Amino acid sequence: MHRTAYLLLADGRFPSGGHAHSSGLEAAVAAGRVTDLPGLEAFLHGRLSYAAPVTAAFTAATHLSAARMGRAPCSTHSDVKVPFLSLDRELEARTVSPALRLASRRQGRALLRAGRNTWPSEVYGHLPKHADGPHQPLALGVTAAAAGLSTEEAAQVAAYGVLTGPASAAVRLLGLDPYQVQNLLARMAGVCDEIAAAAAAVAHKSPQELPAHAAPLADISAELHATWEVRLFAS
Amino acid sequence: MRALARIVAEADGRGGTRLARLRGEPPLQLRHTPDGSAAATVHLIGSAAGPLGGDDLRIEIEVGEGASLCVRSVAASIALPGRDGAPSRTTVVATVAAGGELRWLPEQLVAAAGCRHQATSTVELAGGGRLVWREELICGRHDEQPGDAVVSTSVDYDGAPLLRQSLTIGPGTPGWDGPAVLGGARATGSLLLVDPAAAPAPPAMLGATAVRMPLTGPATLVSATAPDAHTLRGFLGA
Repeated sequence: MHRTAYLLLADGRFPSGGHAHSSGLEAAVAAGRVTDLPGLEAFLHGRLSYAAPVTAAFTAATHLSAARMGRAPCSTHSDVKVPFLSLDRELEARTVSPALRLASRRQGRALLRAGRNTWPSEVYGHLPKHADGPHQPLALGVTAAAAGLSTEEAAQVAAYGVLTGPASAAVRLLGLDPYQVQNLLARMAGVCDEIAAAAAAVAHKSPQELPAHAAPLADISAELHATWEVRLFAS
Repeated sequence: MRALARIVAEADGRGGTRLARLRGEPPLQLRHTPDGSAAATVHLIGSAAGPLGGDDLRIEIEVGEGASLCVRSVAASIALPGRDGAPSRTTVVATVAAGGELRWLPEQLVAAAGCRHQATSTVELAGGGRLVWREELICGRHDEQPGDAVVSTSVDYDGAPLLRQSLTIGPGTPGWDGPAVLGGARATGSLLLVDPAAAPAPPAMLGATAVRMPLTGPATLVSATAPDAHTLRGFLGA
């Protein structure tokens, strides 16, 4: 069991820079699409149904490859790198917005830095190199493996992050009552658990077969948000 | 109903395109509709309502080296529920050889109340192949809630993934019409342009809910939501 490591990685205070991103909520608030708690609930349901299955499945699949690499002799590592490259390309093809690709890689780079310093491992070095950093789910999967978590736990941390990131941004953007927001998160916990379990269950599949859910407004508002001169959140 | 339609387009050696194969079966009928250009244009004609629950329709397209094919449809297709609640399925599988071009520009897919429809398209482009691919999804007929529909598009260019997207709408998916996904829009769609000879266009807003985005690879995607089919087409003209 690695209960404390699990909590450390899921904790919003883990220094991975996630608090700088609203996952599209800032743009949705500016467009008047989210104005209150019921609006936030509908937004979070959309994030859980569309973004979370992709993020959690790519995290879980990366974790599975990284965990296998951790157990294999060094001589076979070049074979195990192939799934990382394929996961990177498949996730890139699922992230049609350049602003979201950059946000994912910037978050991945920040997470990688935190992960490397927290749970040192040689596995991080096998992630595909990219000037803006690795995609966040790949960085999370590798970090979860280095921390000794299970594939299910890795998927759970990913889905939990998709749910709680915009929720804490909502408190700042809309001035919502933090107790009511926590109550909303508690009510959505069961859905989040189910999505994490479903993602862990597909982690062994080929990267091409992993979920590819698209949410049109996520892409559209990410591009609009990127054109703003003044904004509170990076995405 | 199960049906298979097959189109094979080849360069005719005189700068034009000939249809080496053009075969449909009800309810997927095909008509060659020459328009005087070097490209071959084929219209899909639905000879029955639907797709209806239980239908399994498949379209196979092959565009050879240097050939140019445009596929359109004469009317929107309306996914309708079957009697026993069985899902309906439409599968399109296309390959485009080097120097070939496929323009896939059908009319809209309307997800009618109670439907359970899955539309899956897989396109493999050889290096140097070109593609124009439009998908438009309308959530329900006039003033009705849609059923459940999934439109999945997978495009590979030169052996590498270029686009993977799967849009799910309908009451079976929490949040589908909410502020993170469609924001109450009744129409949504995308237009993919793959042209290895042109640099991908930089990102640009085309409207409050329409955007043009360069992909990683020789491609640009326009994605939009709109209150109705007509407004949507304004963003996705090709």
